[in-house]
Amino acid sequence: MKYMLMFKETEGDFAQRNDPEKAPAYWAAWSAYCEALAGSGIMQSGEGLQPPAAATTVRIRDGKREVHDGPYPESKEMLGGFFVIDVPDLDAALEWAARSPSSAYASTEIRPVMPPMAEG
Amino acid sequence: MNAEGIVEQVARESYGRLLAYLAVKAGDVSSAEDALGDALLQALQRWPEDGPPANPEGWLLAVAKRRLVDGVRRRTVRERGEPEVRHFLEEALDASARSEDFPDERLKLLFVCAHPAIDPAARTPLMLQTILGLEADRIACAFLTSPTAMSQRLVRAKSRIRAAGIPFRIPNAEEYPGRAADVLDAIYAAYSAGWNCSSEGGNLLLASEAVFLSRMLVRLLPDEPEAAGLLSLILHCEARREARFSEGGATFVPLPAQDPQRWNASLIDEAEGSLAAAAGAARPGRYQLEAAIQSVHSARRITGTVDWRVIVAFYDRLLEFTAGSGAVIGRAAALAESGDPASALTALDEISRARVECHQPYWATRAHVLERCGLPAEAVTAWRRAIGLTETPALREYLAGRLAVVEKSRDGTTGAWERQVQGADAASAAGQLTWKNPLPNEPKIRRSG
Repeated sequence: MKYMLMFKETEGDFAQRNDPEKAPAYWAAWSAYCEALAGSGIMQSGEGLQPPAAATTVRIRDGKREVHDGPYPESKEMLGGFFVIDVPDLDAALEWAARSPSSAYASTEIRPVMPPMAEG
Repeated sequence: MNAEGIVEQVARESYGRLLAYLAVKAGDVSSAEDALGDALLQALQRWPEDGPPANPEGWLLAVAKRRLVDGVRRRTVRERGEPEVRHFLEEALDASARSEDFPDERLKLLFVCAHPAIDPAARTPLMLQTILGLEADRIACAFLTSPTAMSQRLVRAKSRIRAAGIPFRIPNAEEYPGRAADVLDAIYAAYSAGWNCSSEGGNLLLASEAVFLSRMLVRLLPDEPEAAGLLSLILHCEARREARFSEGGATFVPLPAQDPQRWNASLIDEAEGSLAAAAGAARPGRYQLEAAIQSVHSARRITGTVDWRVIVAFYDRLLEFTAGSGAVIGRAAALAESGDPASALTALDEISRARVECHQPYWATRAHVLERCGLPAEAVTAWRRAIGLTETPALREYLAGRLAVVEKSRDGTTGAWERQVQGADAASAAGQLTWKNPLPNEPKIRRSG
């Protein structure tokens, strides 16, 4: 069964990425986690995301485009990256989510991926 | 103490005994739980007004039994329409209601919880819920499962007990050894679930519940040396709980580096006593041998050293009782410490890779053994793998420290940070997805030493 692991981070966590003092430990933890996932053979796809400051949000309301800077809505923990993994069940997905660095400092959300839509 | 406090205290101290008794009478856990839950609710409503009864346990039991009879009557009539069954049950329940004291049926309940017909993943949770009265959501956190999934697992297991007609009895001599082992395994699983958490972790309580269960099992199975062996093993580990982390809990401290002064001496004494009692039966088994290994470690508080050859010998015996990769990994670690890292590496290589691909202790041990073998490049890869498989931040911190030491000792032209990024690149090139620093100008690492 496919699950998306969504790694949430706070503003402070995102800031670590560029902090000369903290970045090495930050990236080392993530790349070790990625390697362990890659070695397990369950990885489907995934990406790391630029910080929320780089986000742009668009909405169409009454036929008009509304574009604004940043994510919508703003919240304390925001998406920092995601992986799709293929594992037997939720417990296996939880095990991988718990190992994510983001689970130790922010949180990791796990969502089952929708099955492909049937061809009409 | 106010009435509410008395309800709580009785529930904490007597829940398992009350539930076991009711479940054995009803042959069903769910209805016994409902009945006892009802009785506790009534106590909370009535005791503050009427004052707590002289015998709170007896009061709860009487109310629960009445509920149980009502429930059984409804179910019996609905399902089977056999009034004689109903009368039989009522008589049995009424007769026992008259006696002041009620028998301790927890052993039968333990055997039901660990019955081969129950999903192995449900056995320990079922024990924790029925014997200790723990809520499903707390059990779920300890086993890293969603609360909904854990509730469903427990409900399924309980309805299976009734639907499959799992008997509430002590197994006969023939099936006893295997069944007792299942009970022991389920209690050990409860302890293990709390093992990787720091002393500040929320699972601390689960560890003490497991200690409670294994002490109880020793009383219920006085002639089973493995029960005493399990208690000894758990107590040896529990004695080191504080010492496993630096003051404040920020960093993990591995066993050989722990300060024996921080071990709990009275728990070690109890563990040693329990192991000695087990050994008297001259029937060794898995838990006695694992306890013996821990006993050698604990002896360091007196002798100041660890005799790793003795530990290797105990692991050799242990492997006669279990085929688990945990024993092979433990033996390999002991071999490396006793001065034979090459054999340790061979032993690790012999484990099927598929079994340990995602097994953190394997990679951490392998990294350590590779270092001892003088293979730093391979050790770096293994340390990184172990870090990626680690959940506890304090443990991850420790492993990162070990990795940094190996990297520092490998004097190369590239820095630690650059190698990490290159490692990620290599994995990407192999078609695997990894995460790397997206910044064009990566931070520089100051390397000392």
